[in-house]
Amino acid sequence: MGKLEPIVGRYITLEEEGENYRIYFEESGNGIPLVCLHTAGAHSSQFRHLMCDPEITKNFRIIAFDMPWHGKSTPPVGWQDKEYRLTSDFYVAIIKNFIEALDLRKPVIMGCSMGGRVVIRLAYELGTRLLGVIGLEGSDRPAPWYDNTWTNHPDFANGDFCVGLVSGLCAPQSPDEYKWETLWHYYQSGSGVFKGDMHFFRTDSDYTHTSVAIDTKLCPVYLMTGEYDYSCTPEATVDTASRIPGAKSVIMSEVGHFPMSENPEVFRGYLIPVLEKFVKGEKNEPSSS
Amino acid sequence: MFEKLADAVNTDEMLVKRGKNCSLTLLVSVDDSEHFISIESGMVTNIVSGQFLMRHWDLAIRASQIAWSKFWQKHPEPGFHDIFAMNRFGHCKIEGNTNILLSHIRFIKDVISKPRFWNEG
Repeated sequence: MGKLEPIVGRYITLEEEGENYRIYFEESGNGIPLVCLHTAGAHSSQFRHLMCDPEITKNFRIIAFDMPWHGKSTPPVGWQDKEYRLTSDFYVAIIKNFIEALDLRKPVIMGCSMGGRVVIRLAYELGTRLLGVIGLEGSDRPAPWYDNTWTNHPDFANGDFCVGLVSGLCAPQSPDEYKWETLWHYYQSGSGVFKGDMHFFRTDSDYTHTSVAIDTKLCPVYLMTGEYDYSCTPEATVDTASRIPGAKSVIMSEVGHFPMSENPEVFRGYLIPVLEKFVKGEKNEPSSS
Repeated sequence: MFEKLADAVNTDEMLVKRGKNCSLTLLVSVDDSEHFISIESGMVTNIVSGQFLMRHWDLAIRASQIAWSKFWQKHPEPGFHDIFAMNRFGHCKIEGNTNILLSHIRFIKDVISKPRFWNEG
């Protein structure tokens, strides 16, 4: 007998910036919508463990979609003559579009890495329509750890390069099985997609000027970062939380840049107490981080 | 440490396969002592250790004995768990032809991490 998981996948076509994007998403659970945003160059499978965790799905409808060009989402017609380049405006627009298309009321948005960055802008711009945001491995501004010229190297477009680049971002304690599954997502990526995401992550996502204006009474902000993450460091996360009045930071031991997929067992121990705050309707106090 | 590296790399069939297009002289500097690791088509063909005057190398990774000993632990502490982490936090310097590093990034990182697998630390 096979083991059937509760995850269900579907497609939706969204129009954005004059293009039609056929978007793949999967979901599991019932309750508060929890929209999950994957890391650069990866896809929504990063959240599969959360979607199979009954402790979480009993209160949350977890929904994760593949960004255009990623995973099972189709690139736009004519992609062969285009260069993918993610901008801050497009990223925010496609997330808003997805939330509206699925008629999600007061969702929690949880993103990792570039997804952990964009939730800062979402909290600022969409705060009244959200129950809150959770930034995993998130900060409010770029802090490159390699030279920008690297993105022009021909191998930067290849999955093998991307795996080599990000492999060290996993914690040494993470189970090999899950670490390598996480890295497999990078082997699966389309050529140049990781590079396109880096445009957003490295040069088009400085949100420091808006961080201070986020109202965490309307939209609580939680920033959770693994101690082994040297892309978004724990220090960068704490700094960001200090700029957002009332934001909370959580530094996770023995976890790296991909907590939900590289070590789901450790991650759930940190995430469930945060999610419970949304279930109880708790708001952040505007003082500590 | 370095005397065991050639065997450890050359007997790892998949690692050698992944490095089949990689040839370089990798300099690993530990405090003041230098180790020139010659790699041909994914196999370590020679390792020369000591102090030299302007000997050729393609890519160098320089760190202190303390930093390398932390890096080569089975479960290194944060900041010492990857050469890019070490570089970011100032625990090592990566110099030379980074094009070679970018073209063979997983292979070179696996070679330099090999001592972890015989280090019980």
